[in-house]
Amino acid sequence: MPRSILAVDDSTSMRQMVAFTLKGAGYEVEEAADGQQALNIAKTRSFDLVLSDVNMPVMDGIELIRQLRALPAYKFTPILMLTTEAGTEKKMEGKNAGATGWIVKPFNPDQLLNTVKRVLG
Amino acid sequence: MSIDLSQFKQTFLEESDEGLDVLESGLLALDSGTADDEVIHAVFRAAHSIKGGAGTFSLTEIASFTHVMETLLDEMRDGRRAISKEAINVLLNSVDVLRELLDAARDDVSPEMGRVNEVQAKLEAVLNAGNDQATEAQQDAESEQKEPESDGWVIKFHPHEHMLRTGNDTVRMFKELAALGDLENQVDLSGLPEFEHMDPELSYLSWTVHLKNNEQQGPIDKAVIEEIFEWVEDDCDLTIEPLISQADDTSTSERLDSPQAAETQTAADNVTPITVESDSQTVLSKEPAAGVQPPSRTQQSVGAQQKPASRKKKVTETGSIRVGTDKIDSLINMVGELVITQSMLSQMGEDFSMEKIEDLREGLAQLERNTRELQESVMRIRMLPISFSFQRFPRLVHDLSQKMNKKIELKMLGEQTELDKTVMEKIGDPLVHLVRNSLDHGIEDPQTRLAAGKSETGTITLNAYHQGGFIIIEISDDGAGLPRDKLLNKAIEKGLVTEQDNLPDEKIYDLIFHPGFSTADQVSDISGRGVGMDVVRKNIKELGGNVDVSTEEGKGTTFTIRLPLTLAILDGQLVKVGNETYIIPLVSIIESLEIETDNINTIAGTTEVYKMRDEYIPLVRLYEVFDVQPGTHRLQDCLLVVVEGDGGKAGILVDDLLSQQQVVIKSLETNYKRIQGVSGATILGDGTVALILDMSGLLTLAREIQPAQNYNNQTYANG
Amino acid sequence: MSDIQDIVGELDALTDENAEQYLTFVLAGEEYAIDILRVQEIKGWDKVTTLPRTPDYLQGVINLRGTIVPIVDLRKRFNLPEIDYGPTTVVIVLKVFGEEHDRIMGIIVDAVSDVHNLKYDSIRPAPEIKGHVDNRFVNGLTTINNKMVVLMDIDALMNSAEMDEVEQPAA
Repeated sequence: MPRSILAVDDSTSMRQMVAFTLKGAGYEVEEAADGQQALNIAKTRSFDLVLSDVNMPVMDGIELIRQLRALPAYKFTPILMLTTEAGTEKKMEGKNAGATGWIVKPFNPDQLLNTVKRVLG
Repeated sequence: MSIDLSQFKQTFLEESDEGLDVLESGLLALDSGTADDEVIHAVFRAAHSIKGGAGTFSLTEIASFTHVMETLLDEMRDGRRAISKEAINVLLNSVDVLRELLDAARDDVSPEMGRVNEVQAKLEAVLNAGNDQATEAQQDAESEQKEPESDGWVIKFHPHEHMLRTGNDTVRMFKELAALGDLENQVDLSGLPEFEHMDPELSYLSWTVHLKNNEQQGPIDKAVIEEIFEWVEDDCDLTIEPLISQADDTSTSERLDSPQAAETQTAADNVTPITVESDSQTVLSKEPAAGVQPPSRTQQSVGAQQKPASRKKKVTETGSIRVGTDKIDSLINMVGELVITQSMLSQMGEDFSMEKIEDLREGLAQLERNTRELQESVMRIRMLPISFSFQRFPRLVHDLSQKMNKKIELKMLGEQTELDKTVMEKIGDPLVHLVRNSLDHGIEDPQTRLAAGKSETGTITLNAYHQGGFIIIEISDDGAGLPRDKLLNKAIEKGLVTEQDNLPDEKIYDLIFHPGFSTADQVSDISGRGVGMDVVRKNIKELGGNVDVSTEEGKGTTFTIRLPLTLAILDGQLVKVGNETYIIPLVSIIESLEIETDNINTIAGTTEVYKMRDEYIPLVRLYEVFDVQPGTHRLQDCLLVVVEGDGGKAGILVDDLLSQQQVVIKSLETNYKRIQGVSGATILGDGTVALILDMSGLLTLAREIQPAQNYNNQTYANG
Repeated sequence: MSDIQDIVGELDALTDENAEQYLTFVLAGEEYAIDILRVQEIKGWDKVTTLPRTPDYLQGVINLRGTIVPIVDLRKRFNLPEIDYGPTTVVIVLKVFGEEHDRIMGIIVDAVSDVHNLKYDSIRPAPEIKGHVDNRFVNGLTTINNKMVVLMDIDALMNSAEMDEVEQPAA
């Protein structure tokens, strides 16, 4: 069973890049374009890891993390923020909402894979 | 592993185009004060996404340029900076620059940096003018302390109780540490409560880790260790100190608080029990997951539909089209029904008897219905809301009104009205021309307006709606209106009409569409680009539509464009000439008459005209123009189809009228070439080909064949 | 095809990469060959829809599975005496390579005869001959069954100036 990852980003190109990279490394990837979509998908199945953008329409990444953590199935699931925010403010906000960690944009596929491997082993 | 990022570039460029549209319309809304909070958030998000993507896909110019925009927008979003006109204008300029940068990226050429730098300087000037926050980014250059030479590191790690709830896993950290060098780990269980009080979701343990440099990997960088704990630094107590040489193992062992853990274990052994702990967590967490299983799958698909239905402007070179999934779904439904009907009919065919004739009729009627619905659904796929075409106007009006020192409000109605993609692409330029015209000639400057007792701000309204198989687009302004007398005088001056003609007002206003007729006293760079209203009308006619003007002096002007919803299908009147069947677009037909030979007159011996009520219209013998054998030469056996083409009305002589029907337009140019007087061909029910007549081309052709004419209805004489 | 040498020659050609298959057809007693890869289909003569104000030899257009295809009468094209279309009269539908885009067009011929493998080296340049066909439209000559066969240059023929000069599109 490949490990499954939910990739959330409102930017199609970023989502494609993330999905392509991860699929290429043998992960199973589902995509969502905003927090609400991601939450809907997350309620129907479980994932080994969630990667989420922060700034998104409809429901942003911080709120998504908060809502995911409230679901019993996602209490301990690693959730990484994909964030361009250099400042610590967003990171802290994300951490307080329950984020496991973050990957700072821009990142290249190798950096992404390294981090994901770190988390999923 | 290396991944070719260029494959995502196209997607990035497309979504950036959309982002720029959001940016632009958002900025314009902010400028006019009609924006709410969500707008500034959306604007910020657009800039933010472009920056992020550009960074990822190594488009550094775009990334660094958007970074400045983003900073400015961020301050606006947070209310740290007022939204000034100046800032909006610079940001709008930035949108233009970004468009250029994106185009350059699309074409894989290096961008023209002159303008980029200029606008970026302006942006920075605005940014620095308000407050001096520009330097904020430099704080976190952490001073790299020189650590003393050491054999490794002693890491004391005490997670706070709730750390596991962030999804961070101590096992992962130890594994990563173990990968750096030789690891010795001592666990402190003193925090562990009695078993019955234990909450598996909390973390009770703390660790002291000795991480020694080993020969193969060399000395360990402290930053690498810090990175491992980066995500949890606020969720634990952590100290990382150099491991001083020869600090022997026993001494550290003695420091242990808990006897249970007294045995020093290898790194691998040490990890094992924790893994068990971690697994039990996983089990615990999976358990409820099964309980909450699926509320419904539909939620997911509903969510998934939202994105494709969203707006999309630019059409890529390949001519792709983004279609809402609802349209595809309805198409699939139709095909499903068609398949059912088909199988029903073929079953009936297996053993058909005359008793089943009623069923057969019913089945065929159903087939017809299915086919029609399917056709409509397929056509709907090509339909896009007119907002794709309208969305450029806020910016256009904003820029031009500033340039001309006019105050203009733009209203847009019916933006969701749909029309065929091809029609949309072709109507863009005529629309721009008409809007420019309204701005330039229609709306007066503020002083004039005030003097005329109007409000200082003029209004231009774009309105779109459906009417029958047509889309109507109105461009109206509340400006000065067309000057009737001035138009008439000019037309007389140019010899287009005579003073005696006594034209009705509508005909006078219609003169603005006459070739070579320009009303502006001087050609401005706004509307006078050598393209006249005649070209606008010609372009619209080529699309099978028409444009009319209505105006009231002092009150304003309205241009009304009428266009077929699609170029792929038209409503046609089938006519017979000899053995040939031709199709006349219904939209061109005014009426059909039986011929009264008394009404036919000949002018100058060659040109025939037909007197229809008080009008003389040229008579076009189609069989002559097309050189085919007519069914009859007796005029009283023929019919006259009165049509309106580019050059005015005309009567087309045909043998007979056949049915009216919708026909699918096929191009002759695909395999041959264009033929004057023919706009295309179609395939009739019996499989034969019939030509579709192009009225404007046909009338021009008729005039060439019968030269030197000058009909009474002078206005439209071919000048 | 009875000539044994021809059969041997064709067997050679079949295995020879320097050979191509040609379709031959008859027009006013002479035999012509065209590259078979260009032939889309061969269909019986059927009614066409005439196009107004086009050259006489442009017989009209037909519906070929939803595409409008122009049909050229080759006899008229080469000013040969006209004959009534008979049971052997066929339309050969061809792919024509053009400068701007490729087109599908049909030619009306008296009859199709056969498919032959022709080696390149069996094709000789056409001298200035007195045949029916203008040299511009001839790729070369060859001999099949001791009979001269003219290799027709379809692209030159169908794209020739006469096809285009008829009517300039309305401005």
